[in-house]
Amino acid sequence: MALLKSLSARKDDLSKPENQLTFLSNGVFKKGELPLFKDKIAETGNAPLKPKKLEILQLNLGYMCNQVCSHCHVDAGPDRKEIMTKETMEQCLEVIKTTKAHTLDLTGGAPEMNPNFRWFVEEASKAGIKDFIVRSNLTIILANKKYHDLPEFFKKYKVHVVSSLPFYKREKTDKQRGNGVFDKSIKALQMLNAAGYAQPGTNLKLDLVYNPAGAFLPTNQEALQKDFKKALKEDFNIDFDNLFAITNLPISRFLEYLIASENYEDYMYALVEAYNPAAVESVMCTNTISVSWDGWLYDCDFNQMLALKVDSKVQHISEYNEDLLSNREIRISQHCYGCTAGAGSSCQGTVA
Amino acid sequence: MAKTYYNPDDLRKFGKITEWSEELGAKFFDYYEKVFEEGALSAREKSLIALAVSHVVKCPYCIDAYTKDGLQKGITKEEMMEAVHTGAAIESGATLVHGVQMMNKYDKLSM
Repeated sequence: MALLKSLSARKDDLSKPENQLTFLSNGVFKKGELPLFKDKIAETGNAPLKPKKLEILQLNLGYMCNQVCSHCHVDAGPDRKEIMTKETMEQCLEVIKTTKAHTLDLTGGAPEMNPNFRWFVEEASKAGIKDFIVRSNLTIILANKKYHDLPEFFKKYKVHVVSSLPFYKREKTDKQRGNGVFDKSIKALQMLNAAGYAQPGTNLKLDLVYNPAGAFLPTNQEALQKDFKKALKEDFNIDFDNLFAITNLPISRFLEYLIASENYEDYMYALVEAYNPAAVESVMCTNTISVSWDGWLYDCDFNQMLALKVDSKVQHISEYNEDLLSNREIRISQHCYGCTAGAGSSCQGTVA
Repeated sequence: MAKTYYNPDDLRKFGKITEWSEELGAKFFDYYEKVFEEGALSAREKSLIALAVSHVVKCPYCIDAYTKDGLQKGITKEEMMEAVHTGAAIESGATLVHGVQMMNKYDKLSM
């Protein structure tokens, strides 16, 4: 069920990253029933995990969100006040001008809720980044009158919109994300289509993100995309480009759910059984740098939430140096099994 | 001694049957994997058939496995329940069609 408050606001033990990391190293992993991730990648010849060519710079503009989804790895919600300042944004802009990454990826929380979001998009769009992504939860577009024009705003700056829609049916979406989320998401998708998104000849890209509404792994991305396309077109006349199937990682609120529903062990077994060395080869942390709302650098958004800063002399956007960062070793723990299961999982969907 | 005949954790150990008979175990799992690949029937359709059969053969391991498989494949609970009813209808039909045998025998024995 969707929640009312973040772990942080509830002062839950799991709101502390160190407690999550401890939990992920205990139980079935401590007893040796399942191998630690570091041992698994050593066994398959994938260690040490090092970055390859940097392709994606992902900026988290803040943990504030209008939703409190039960699976959220960010522990985002209206009660989260962590927001990227204009000063940090300016430091990011300096990096965006010089980075070799071809993709800029803005995420949150709801990035649109950052008061400097529009200014930042306008400035960042001048840097000539090839693929400029904003991850939108869709409902923000209808949350307040001041957001109603977001589809037109995105269109103006040729933003590539990547939106979460857990399922093409109301029940599953609302269970995970809150009552009424499905209807609002559908309306927002129709508004994006009306603005030209995912329409022939416009070159305005609209991708959807699917993540399972429960303690199971996603199936074949292509098969799901086919189901989503058919259902959304027939039921709501909605078009979109690609569907990204993302595995829920066992951290933050999804970890809380796994523990409370007594699915944790089975889920970890499923992830480890589905371990795929080919997915490790292309795992997201090898081509991404994640920047937190306060400018710290991480191997990925998940490590950001676990407070695992990059293992490098350079740890903050203010001292960003791509060459130095490329020599680092990626920090890992058992949550990494989430990105290496089956066809793999990343913010861009499957990888293997 | 285990206190129950069925232990949910045993499902994870299914692969271990190969340890006591490698050739037959491996042949079975190869066959099993091949059966569930996309073919003339989609993997989705096969998952629903497997769910229905799981109920008919009353295999708790299979019911757990194919409920989860169905969720992964985006199969709805309405589709799953219809599949269970399909299996149940065949199973009860199989019982009831024997009623004809009973009727035949009754008639034969009766004056």
